[in-house]
Amino acid sequence: MQSIMDGDIGLALVNIVLLAILFIVAVAIARLRSLFAIIMLSGVYSLISAAWYVSVDAADVAFTEAAVGAGMSTVVALGAMLLTSRTAKPDKAFARLGPLLVCAVTGAMLIYATIDLPAFGDPNSPANSGVGLTYVQINWFDTAIPNVVTSVLGSYRGFDTLGETAVVFVAGIAVALLLGFGERSLAESIRKEIKTPPARPGVAKGKGEGA
Amino acid sequence: MKGDHHLILRVVSKSLIPVIFLFALYVQFHGELGPGGGFQAGIVVAVTVILYALVFGAPAAMRAIPPVLTRGIAAVGLLLYAGVGVYALMQGGAYLEYQALFQEPPGGHKGQHVGIILIELGVLFAVSGSMTTIFYAFAGRVAEIRDEDW
Repeated sequence: MQSIMDGDIGLALVNIVLLAILFIVAVAIARLRSLFAIIMLSGVYSLISAAWYVSVDAADVAFTEAAVGAGMSTVVALGAMLLTSRTAKPDKAFARLGPLLVCAVTGAMLIYATIDLPAFGDPNSPANSGVGLTYVQINWFDTAIPNVVTSVLGSYRGFDTLGETAVVFVAGIAVALLLGFGERSLAESIRKEIKTPPARPGVAKGKGEGA
Repeated sequence: MKGDHHLILRVVSKSLIPVIFLFALYVQFHGELGPGGGFQAGIVVAVTVILYALVFGAPAAMRAIPPVLTRGIAAVGLLLYAGVGVYALMQGGAYLEYQALFQEPPGGHKGQHVGIILIELGVLFAVSGSMTTIFYAFAGRVAEIRDEDW
């Protein structure tokens, strides 16, 4: 309340508006049955979260959220949706009770946990007072890289980033091994083009003649 | 893709894709100074391919960037990252110890800069290749997104 009186009312308003939109989008996702609308709204949810991360000065996280959450995972979920039906079956009212209970209890516990959280930007909070502060202090002497996030990811925690890169690679290979590398549709479309020559000349001339 | 009612979408995305790719390069090589880095840039590179595939169809994208190339790039990226570590080992340092790349004394920063640029390139290749491979795997299952699905 004090910060609002100090003139941070603009930031407070931005936070309130963004979090309110997040809440509305979440409720809309829970109530919708059309999978296409749900996927688009989850992209909207990620984009608004990214905007909120910017407002709390976490630019790197916001960037990743916008690129991965709003861009990549929306498209992948869209591709998955096209393989299944377009609408979700409505749940029975009785079957909703269990998830409702789990959500209510988890939410109550999270709200209870926020009472103990340090204030935003508190220099004595565990995240800021431990090794994080040391990195900020010694980073320039060690690496001469202005962005501490980059030097922590690449240099101090290079092993972790190598592991993360390997995880991304393994995920890509695993999905491709499970679903196929996608060459089937390429072959199919080439086969189609041989049967019916393309409307625009020169698009796939070599492919058609070669086969 | 048959009718011409996606004309505006096609024209706009055709002019946007190079700009998005340029932005990915900016994010990649500006990662030492501002927010961003190999991971974000890799996703943005993958998004350019995906945008092309969504607007012009997956087969057109697969002809421009073949699936065999994307998984190759992913593997090369991981190898590049791990290879920097092995090179540091061969220079007499610990694994991924950038200080050892040019056998500098403490306080030298050339190894740190070169090492981080190389591993960020590795991350860029691995992430963009993997993400495009994942997208191709999904897109390869359905021939085309029909108009009524939009």
